[in-house]
Amino acid sequence: MSTVVSPPPKENRIGLTLADYKGAASTLCSGCGHDAITSQLIKAFFELGVDPYRVAKLSGIGCSSKTPAYFLSKSHGFNAVHGRMPSVATGTVLANRTLLAVGVSGDGDTASIGAGQFVHLLRRNLPFVYVVENNGVYGLTKGQFSATADLGSKLKTGVVNDLPAIDLCIMGIELGATYVARSFAGDPKQLVPLLKGALAHQGTALIDVISPCVTFNNHDGSTKSYTWGKEHEELLHEVGFVPFFEEIQVDYDPGTTLDVELHDGSHVLLKKLHRDYNPTDRGQALSLLRESNEKHEFLTGLFYVDTKRPTFVDLLNVVDEPLATLPTERVRPARKVLDEIMQSLM
Amino acid sequence: MSTETMVRESGRAARPDVTVNDFSIQVATVNGSGSQSSNTVLMRSIFQMGVPVSGKNLFPSNIAGLPTWFTIRANKDGYIARKKEIDLLIAMNAETAREDVADLPPGGAVIYEDTLKLSELRPDLTYYPVPFVELAKQVTPETKLRKLLANMIYVGVAGELLSIDHDEIKKAIAKQFKSKAKAVALNQSAVDVGREYARTKLKAPLALKVERLNKTAGKILVDGNAAAAMGAMFAGVTVVTWYPITPSSSVCEQLIDFMKEYRIDPDSGKATFAIVQAEDELAALGMALGAGWAGARSMTSTSGPGISLMAEFAGLGYFAEVPAVIFDIQRVGPSTGLPTRTSQADILCAYYLSHGDTKHIVLLPATVSECFDLAIEAFDLAERFQTPVFVLSDLDLGMNVWMSDPFQYPEKPIDRGKVLTAEDLARTSKFERYRDVDGDGIPYRTLPGTRHPLASYFTRGSGHNERAMYSERPQDYKNLLDRLAKKHETARRHVPVPVVDDNPKAEVGLLAFGTTHWAILESRDQLKNEHGTETKYLRLKALPFTADVFSFIKGCKRVYVVEQNRDAQMAQLVRLEVLAAEEGASEVGQVQKIRSILHYTGLPIDARFITDQILAAEAGRI
Repeated sequence: MSTVVSPPPKENRIGLTLADYKGAASTLCSGCGHDAITSQLIKAFFELGVDPYRVAKLSGIGCSSKTPAYFLSKSHGFNAVHGRMPSVATGTVLANRTLLAVGVSGDGDTASIGAGQFVHLLRRNLPFVYVVENNGVYGLTKGQFSATADLGSKLKTGVVNDLPAIDLCIMGIELGATYVARSFAGDPKQLVPLLKGALAHQGTALIDVISPCVTFNNHDGSTKSYTWGKEHEELLHEVGFVPFFEEIQVDYDPGTTLDVELHDGSHVLLKKLHRDYNPTDRGQALSLLRESNEKHEFLTGLFYVDTKRPTFVDLLNVVDEPLATLPTERVRPARKVLDEIMQSLM
Repeated sequence: MSTETMVRESGRAARPDVTVNDFSIQVATVNGSGSQSSNTVLMRSIFQMGVPVSGKNLFPSNIAGLPTWFTIRANKDGYIARKKEIDLLIAMNAETAREDVADLPPGGAVIYEDTLKLSELRPDLTYYPVPFVELAKQVTPETKLRKLLANMIYVGVAGELLSIDHDEIKKAIAKQFKSKAKAVALNQSAVDVGREYARTKLKAPLALKVERLNKTAGKILVDGNAAAAMGAMFAGVTVVTWYPITPSSSVCEQLIDFMKEYRIDPDSGKATFAIVQAEDELAALGMALGAGWAGARSMTSTSGPGISLMAEFAGLGYFAEVPAVIFDIQRVGPSTGLPTRTSQADILCAYYLSHGDTKHIVLLPATVSECFDLAIEAFDLAERFQTPVFVLSDLDLGMNVWMSDPFQYPEKPIDRGKVLTAEDLARTSKFERYRDVDGDGIPYRTLPGTRHPLASYFTRGSGHNERAMYSERPQDYKNLLDRLAKKHETARRHVPVPVVDDNPKAEVGLLAFGTTHWAILESRDQLKNEHGTETKYLRLKALPFTADVFSFIKGCKRVYVVEQNRDAQMAQLVRLEVLAAEEGASEVGQVQKIRSILHYTGLPIDARFITDQILAAEAGRI
């Protein structure tokens, strides 16, 4: 009789296994793009060896916003109200700047009801990873168009969208986000390094992930379906990621590969495919996206990165420790301060 | 300086019918003409003479050009509510001068710009024409400054006519312009020019006079919004989020000044706070709740329209049990309403803010020192009860300057409520975020970043069970709603109790809250001294009602709920909760005792209005 010994699960640099980064079982439709993104998030956190106790997960309302329950069960989560994740995230990060705040939102949550808060989050460059699971429709309310649906795309019912789409990446770059990327739920090879880069980045990292809705927007005539994505995705570059705790092993040709060093010493490596592209050039990023939209391309990659701009927390000159737990003597001025103010009012 | 000396020095004959230390001055100017400094100097100099004062700014929703009125009431007995009748008008606005004069009671007096030719309007007033424009030329060659300095000239004229001590005006100017020596000198010379003109040219005796008294020693003058800001700072607030709106902006603006002065870490030079001007009120409360969830003492301040926008997040805060403090400096609604006028009409809205079954803790300051104390209390209650707490001030309290005893340093330690740390969790085997462990309806919480496997939970505004898991089970939802109701009942025993004067000689009870208090104080004396009507008085400081409210109503034959709104909002709430308390009780009929006195013009309520209404109601009683 032989005993089958399964190998011990692989541990990351802080001794946790992939399972330690999982959450509750998903209640989304089988095959949902969002579940694929959840898996890539789990993978990115695990491989980076992020301490789950440091993470705060945030979301708004909608299918996408349910997903923070499906990863990192050891982290606190906050499923806020519709379109208001940015404000809740802002308060959370200001209260405790040592947290790694990660948010998942959808296209309705971000581009319609939440457009106001989204815009101002970008302006502030809050240290925050903002993942949009973008499927072009409202799923929970059964398939209405969202504001990211492409002009001319068709609902299952045959209704044609006659309004232009909001390009979240253009908004992100234009309004001040400092790490802006687009990816595809069906392309884990690209999504994982992009997510890792976002987690290592200091500032607002926006990743617009096209994530097919298998129930309401995966048919012919949709530009957010798996088939459309697989047939049309055009990679801007090949994305690689080397975390700060690893040496860059592979030799790369600086002529064809661009190395972006992030604050924590990690590197995003962008290998040139068809065109020369420098993601630190804001003007180039904007014209690339505009041109690509005119040609109805589905372009993915890291469009823009700025590692210099100060974050909102730095701008506010907040103390290094979490404000949330400062002791009384640091937050309640002494008796003589009140006496001094009272004197001035007499 | 003795009284006689001052009278003699003024060069006018004393009149037998002179009213001392009991009058109202109204200064009518144009918004944006810089009259605020001169009005403050005038008020402060009376205050420094030891005479109780109050100042009320009646201003338009406008940056410059529209009429504005500032009323100073001096009263030897310490009544500082609004008084309707004006005794001395300072008419600086050509546009309103005629109407302002027409509104004066017989025997009133008018200081006015000579060229306005007001003296032919009414024979029953005393007129003091002053060539302000000409006099300003003596003070400065700069035309731009003359307009501002004309205001300071009326301070000199009024000071002379009212016999205000020259040195007190000088002191008030020094305080107003602080260390700016040039401004002090210029303003002082404007006052001197006015004073000299009045002394030499205005011979008609004024029947009003300020005499030195000793009733303001050790007192402070401050606006309620500054007081609330100070309260927040001493409460240890760390995250402040706001969107500018009249009349609440000066809460956060003054808080920014205080925090920059007193809350910068001496070692690092960094701030022990974060203050954010949000994109709107939705975001302001969203940020405050995000911060409260992560463990910060957080607040926002707003007014009517902002409160409406915050309804969605207020419901989330209540249902997901997240602390935050919301200052509502009430103005006149609905909609944009009268943005620069006062009201107490957000009671029901704040108490029930949100869709679904929701009831909040609401604190009701009536005085500037309560703005300070209740601000501190609000943060403790928000964290103790893990819920948004509203502090309902109003424009009259928030933006006007009030006399007060100095504020008391908080002796009670900061209460952070039921927060479990990693060390606490190490001593237990179980943590369920929404379980009522102590039987008071208040669960325990952990903060994001707590390093313990039991710590994490998922906060949501959707249905959840005791373990914070998503749930649509009917019993889970009902249990949650019932526990939240229980928590509200616990709050009933912890919120500040009302101030009660249970006068045993009285059948009639008065019930009020907020700034209505000041008019009530005066009205009770009028009722007693002029009509022999004794009253009991209960002043609410919080919602939900404490048991004192029910026993007070039981002890009265009739209860007049006096408030500054149309729909008798507090009276309705009292009726509702008295009815609920009466359910199944043998004695019924408490509800029938409750009547309303309602004032809703946008102006602060005055004592005479209350007195007249009560007398009429009492007379009509069979």
